Amino acid sequence: METLTFRTRELAKVYGEGRSAVHALRGVDLDIPKGEIVVLLGPSGSGKSTLLNIIGGLDRATGGDAFFRDRNLTAMTDRELTRYRRDHVGFVFQFYNLMPSLTARENVELVTEIARDPMDPDTALAMVGLHDRVDHFPAQLSGGEQQRVAIARAVAKNPTVLLCDEPTGALDSTTGRAVLNVLKNVNEKLGATVLIVTHAASQAAMADRVIHFADGGIRKIEINETKLAPEEIEW
Amino acid sequence: MVSPLDRKLLRDLWRIKGQAAAIGVVIAVGVAMLVMMSGLVTSLVQTRDAYYDRYRLADIFAPATRAPDRLAHRMAAIDGVSAVEPRVTGSALVDLPGLDLPVQAQAVSLPDLSAPRVNDVFLTDGRMIDSDHADEILLLRSFARAHGLRPGDRISATMNGARHGFRIVGLAQSPEFLYTTAPGELIPDDARFGVLWMSRSALSAAYDMEGAFNEALLTLAHGANEAAVLDAVDRLLAPYGGTGAYPVADQTSNRFVSEEISGLEASSAAVPPIFLGVAAFLLYIVISRMVQSEREEIGLMKAFGYTDTEVGVHYFKLVMAVAVGGALAGCLLGIAGGRALVEVYVIYYKFPFLLFQLDPASFAAGVSVSILSASGGGLLVLRRVFLLTPAAAMRPPTPPDYSRAGNIGRALNAWLDQPSRMVLRRITRQPGRMAGAVIGIACGMALSASMITIYAAFDRTIDLTFNVMDRSDVTVSFTNALSDMAVFELRRDDSVILAEPRRHVPAVFRNGLNSHRGVITGIPPGARLGRALDSQQAEIPLPASGIVLSTALADILNVRPGDRLTVEMREGRQPTLQIPVTAVAESLLGAPAYMNLAALNRALGEPGRMSGVLLAIDRDRAPALYAALRNMPMVAGVSLKSEAEAAFLKTMNTGAGAIRYVMGAIAFVITFGIVYNAARIAHAERYRDLASLRVIGFTRAETAFVLLGELAVVTLAALPLGSLLGHYLSFAIAAGFSSELYQIPTIFDPPSHGFAAIVVIGAAAVSGWLVKRDIDRADLVSALKTRE
Ligand SMILES: Nc1ncnc2c1ncn2[C@@H]1O[C@H](COP(=O)(O)OP(=O)(O)OP(=O)(O)O)[C@@H](O)[C@H]1O
Ligand SMILES: [Mg+2]
Repeated sequence: METLTFRTRELAKVYGEGRSAVHALRGVDLDIPKGEIVVLLGPSGSGKSTLLNIIGGLDRATGGDAFFRDRNLTAMTDRELTRYRRDHVGFVFQFYNLMPSLTARENVELVTEIARDPMDPDTALAMVGLHDRVDHFPAQLSGGEQQRVAIARAVAKNPTVLLCDEPTGALDSTTGRAVLNVLKNVNEKLGATVLIVTHAASQAAMADRVIHFADGGIRKIEINETKLAPEEIEW
Repeated sequence: MVSPLDRKLLRDLWRIKGQAAAIGVVIAVGVAMLVMMSGLVTSLVQTRDAYYDRYRLADIFAPATRAPDRLAHRMAAIDGVSAVEPRVTGSALVDLPGLDLPVQAQAVSLPDLSAPRVNDVFLTDGRMIDSDHADEILLLRSFARAHGLRPGDRISATMNGARHGFRIVGLAQSPEFLYTTAPGELIPDDARFGVLWMSRSALSAAYDMEGAFNEALLTLAHGANEAAVLDAVDRLLAPYGGTGAYPVADQTSNRFVSEEISGLEASSAAVPPIFLGVAAFLLYIVISRMVQSEREEIGLMKAFGYTDTEVGVHYFKLVMAVAVGGALAGCLLGIAGGRALVEVYVIYYKFPFLLFQLDPASFAAGVSVSILSASGGGLLVLRRVFLLTPAAAMRPPTPPDYSRAGNIGRALNAWLDQPSRMVLRRITRQPGRMAGAVIGIACGMALSASMITIYAAFDRTIDLTFNVMDRSDVTVSFTNALSDMAVFELRRDDSVILAEPRRHVPAVFRNGLNSHRGVITGIPPGARLGRALDSQQAEIPLPASGIVLSTALADILNVRPGDRLTVEMREGRQPTLQIPVTAVAESLLGAPAYMNLAALNRALGEPGRMSGVLLAIDRDRAPALYAALRNMPMVAGVSLKSEAEAAFLKTMNTGAGAIRYVMGAIAFVITFGIVYNAARIAHAERYRDLASLRVIGFTRAETAFVLLGELAVVTLAALPLGSLLGHYLSFAIAAGFSSELYQIPTIFDPPSHGFAAIVVIGAAAVSGWLVKRDIDRADLVSALKTRE
């Protein structure tokens, strides 16, 4: 089904073995249509990051299937997963994960370098309001600024899907709204499917679809008939 | 434009510059040693060969008593002989002002009218002799230097019983006399044996050799059959008192130089690979730990879609920058060091010129060993990281699982403070990493311990040789074998405490294809002054029949006690005997063979003879004894053990043995490098942890203790292991230093190991101090800010 970006069936992830095994995902069935903004909510430790990692091709499931369009990620070789991440996925990590030895611009270039159809790194940085900090190293940036570099890095490749793990967690609400605006723009202009993990329930208002996660599984899915613009959200 | 990855590479290199330099230096020094030593050996061999070639050193030396000149033509006609030069040589005693005893010398003839066809001389000062003036001589430059003689000086010498006055017109060097060793002695000494060249006519007159020669020098055509020529020459000379022609390989000076060079070759084959191996091991360990600490970045790059190959190439570049940079620096260092050393050795070996030549194989070996070990260390880790999913690789610093260590430490917890517990847990929790560090430092300890043991072994060789094996003070040698009644005459001298006869007989030893041209020493029963000793320094009795060989000679001939040996004596009636080897004696100097004096004399059919006397004297009365010896006829030379010992010491400290100091210095550099690297890498791995400790309120000292405590434990654990490794290593290195000239047996020498331990602990203290400075200076905020 070409209109679905992601489809998971019985997706499971177990860390460790035996008595110390942690069931991070316990059979997740999920459909994410193309071009939607999806917000994932759920308590800490409920498996949100794990889900994002698996559908982003960073980690492997221990059970079930995860499809990107019609391709089964769980059946891909490492090489195919690499190709998939390179061509389609933009990540914003919970821990910003910048290269400390590269400047803000160079961190973005690291990704645009190998992307098929990237934007100009400076444009991407301007989108997150960092046009005047492009030559600074991560150690010279605040946590929120580092996160914005990470977002610029993720959107700069013009990704098919944008996976954001708590993108606003470290930001004040003004900056946070600006960041959400960037994500919304990428969604609207590029048609990218955007997944956002957040602890701020009010951000769900900008989503097409809200997934409530708990204890490694989906508790509830809401479809928003009317979305709010990020500017209108308070948290 | 430089790609962002390459920029990252450059910045990472800059960030780790201290560590990179420390690794680079270790590998550089290892490679430099290899390049330097092989360049040294290649250059010396080339220079020696070129010198021999240019000055037409003989391929065959054929001594005789008195052979008519026409025989030279018949020798020239032997198949394979390209040139023949008959000459006259004789022994002389040179009187030098200010010396108690005359000095032995060899007089050698030069053709009256032309340059010699074989064995030319290299005139360094003054002019050539004019055969119209019988009193003109050239003097061997090193001998002249040792006694402050110059062209224009006059000296007098006793030849064939008559005293002559001479005028030195020039100084010369010769490939034939690179080393001069007085007859019956093993150690060359410039001062105690001279060479003087005279015109053939003048020398023939002095020795009654008109129209005759007593030594023929031959050069061979390319591809000539040396053995056949030797046989033919021996047949020709047999009626004229030929004592056996011998090849240049057996010529004293050449043998010494070649042994020295092969000593260098052996130690350069034994030692640099060990050093390079240690450096390579360190490179492997450090690189793998360095790449290990990049794990998150590797995961991140993979998350962006970089392929394994791209990531691998990136780190390969980083690793190669360090390894190849170090190896290339090592090559340059090795060339410079090799050049400097060759110049020193060229002077020492008295080569008049120098051909500096490098061995390309050593570059290839040095660089490829570095590349292999570095990429081995890097690839191993990369492979492990690639096996992880990017999510796992990137996971924020996975706190290592200390739960197991908790159990071990629980009992100790009661009386350990928090930082000590952290040290203990890290060591018990990461045994692989700690083992790598321990083995690395142990290798450093081993290098230092073995080199210091070698120093001690050299001292021990001197001590055993001159204080245990040879207990005489003076050796007197005679021009011919005399009746041993002369001993009684010497014993009557007040200053003489003990006098024992000895007989030295030149001989060729053969066992199958192995042969050796050497000397048999005849020792009377009950001798006290110089004896054959076993490895426990107990005297070996010399039976009425049989021969005792030194370990070196037994090795050369490949014989064991009980085997029979063919001995061709080259004196008197020149008997050939089959003699059983009764024992092998420990000897550290040369390759002697011992027989019972009476048995030796019986074999020669000359009972009651001796060729020299060993004396123990009362040193206060020595001058009177010297005066008496000076007036004794038949005395060819008198040598003092103190002088021989000094000469030996000089030989070991300026010749091939001197390289031990260079190697020792390199060992210390590597040892320090290893310890420093261990400290640096531990610091790099724990930078963030340490910053966190400071942040939560630990003092600088407490924080440093967490790291330095670990370093201390690792260092202490490495000492016994290093000592053990060093003990075994010292055997390999000693074998490299031992040659036919002298042997360097090693034993376990606790002071050497203690000293090495101090070196290692010192290196650890300095490294710890350097690292502690960095801990103290750590910028807490930025350390914690990035890669949260
Ligand atoms: N490498 C791992 N080994 C063992 N357990 C793990 C590992 N990674 C995650 N977990 C466990 O899996 C569960 C889900 O983790 P995950 O990171 O997906 O949670 P999350 O919903 O993203 O939480 P948060 O909101 O705190 O980020 C947690 O219980 C966590 O402890
Ligand atoms: Mg999470």
